[in-house]
Amino acid sequence: MSRSDDIWILGIHMTKFGKHPNLDVVDLGAEAIHGALADAGVTMADMGIIAAGNLLGSGSIAQQLQKQVGQTGIPAYNVSNACATGATALRTVIMAVKAGEVDMGLAVGVEKLAGAGLLGAGGKAKADNDEWARNGRFGAVGPVDGRIGTESMPGVFAQIGMEYGHKYGGADFELFAKISEKNHSHSTLNPLAAYNKAMSLEQIMNDVMIAYPNTRPMCSANCDGAAAAVVINGEKLKTLSLEQQRRAVKVSASILTSDPWQEACQVLPDVNTLTRNAAHQAYEQAGVGPQDLNLVELHDCFATAELVHYDNLMLCEEGGAVDFFESGAPYRDGKMPVNVSGGLQSKGHPISATGIANIWEVCQHVRGEAGDRQIEGAKVGLAHVIGLASACGIHILERSAA
Amino acid sequence: MSTATQIPFVEYLKLEPTPHLVANECTSCGARFFDRRNACAGCFNTEFTPVDIPTEGVVRSFSIITFAAPGVDVPFVAAVIDCGGTSVRANIINCPPDPEHVSLGMSVRLATTVVGIDSAGVEAVNYGFEPA
Repeated sequence: MSRSDDIWILGIHMTKFGKHPNLDVVDLGAEAIHGALADAGVTMADMGIIAAGNLLGSGSIAQQLQKQVGQTGIPAYNVSNACATGATALRTVIMAVKAGEVDMGLAVGVEKLAGAGLLGAGGKAKADNDEWARNGRFGAVGPVDGRIGTESMPGVFAQIGMEYGHKYGGADFELFAKISEKNHSHSTLNPLAAYNKAMSLEQIMNDVMIAYPNTRPMCSANCDGAAAAVVINGEKLKTLSLEQQRRAVKVSASILTSDPWQEACQVLPDVNTLTRNAAHQAYEQAGVGPQDLNLVELHDCFATAELVHYDNLMLCEEGGAVDFFESGAPYRDGKMPVNVSGGLQSKGHPISATGIANIWEVCQHVRGEAGDRQIEGAKVGLAHVIGLASACGIHILERSAA
Repeated sequence: MSTATQIPFVEYLKLEPTPHLVANECTSCGARFFDRRNACAGCFNTEFTPVDIPTEGVVRSFSIITFAAPGVDVPFVAAVIDCGGTSVRANIINCPPDPEHVSLGMSVRLATTVVGIDSAGVEAVNYGFEPA
């Protein structure tokens, strides 16, 4: 069954997301690596490559981690791709395995983000008693954030959702809040989520407004966490135990795209075209269609973002995301469960870990190991992540036939 | 007119003869950009020509920002304005920042506002869009 150019996840792990005041990034990353290696039944000695991501740390996270978990001299790639950093680390390892340079490799993403506050906004204010001086690509005499639109993430993604509403109608504050209500409800079954309390629509709508129409619970939760995965090719997998072969999850598509030029994409980031491109490529590579998916973990960094990705991932017909949501499809008992982990709004979003943690969630289900939140009979799932700038990672994962 | 010397807040804003925005338009594919360019992101051409952007448009998207970086007055309305087919990033100004007064598809026009004065007495003038 498995071929040399087939790619499999042999082991994968995510730490509890939340506040870890007594653990640093290396502790968290090492915990994820040890978890993934144990899950895979292999050791650092088996790894031919490591790729690691950590956006807000001091750099060279791969080597920092090697110094704690094993310095074997293998090539170490430190990757950075905004919120798609974890998926990029995984994609890097998959490319090395697929190229035949190594037969096994390790990808890890880790972030310490608890209490980080608002991301994206800023810029230097002009010093007093100074004369105007032009700076940057716009030749601005002061910070443009807040004076010419916003660079804050909640505001950017609010506009991305509102733009969909302008184009197709039907998307309002209450609809976006209902999407958040769904994900907070899903999170009650996820013990690793940073927040796992259900919230009513009224609570969500009456919470602190961050960037209309996103209130605080409609924004991804800044928290600490890590996730890691061991990748192996099909040839090597055949030499391992039947139990390892049974639990291995097939990576039937691994895609990374960047944003192609579109009118307005340098005015408001276009997270749609690169996601749609990645989805097309992923479905073609995997030989499956959206109707074959049993669950989807998509990048709901804000409630306003989840809506547009129903459409971008072609879970509904073009322009039909509002109807898709209102049909009940993306609830865990619906026909296309979306973000049964609770999504980034409740599970949390430790940036570099996110693009591997969403794959962990899908693996749990297709292995039949998701416990109370298991989607019964799940065989195929899709994990999607967006890093603004932009990068989109999509992985389609399938249960082993062994 | 004010007697104070004024300069535009960004280089793509021109104050004379009346305030308007000027984009760098790719001479090959027509893509428009507001920043300093090395090449066209759409077709890689390196020649650009300045084009005036219509000062009237409609709100294509917006968000009302209540949390922002230090030094930014909140709440304010961040928006994307469709100015005759060219998208422009701007704040909505001269309008209460609430969903009762700002709506998708609303007609707006360019307006200017003085954002500060430096030690030489020069005023920096920024743009926004106000209800038309």
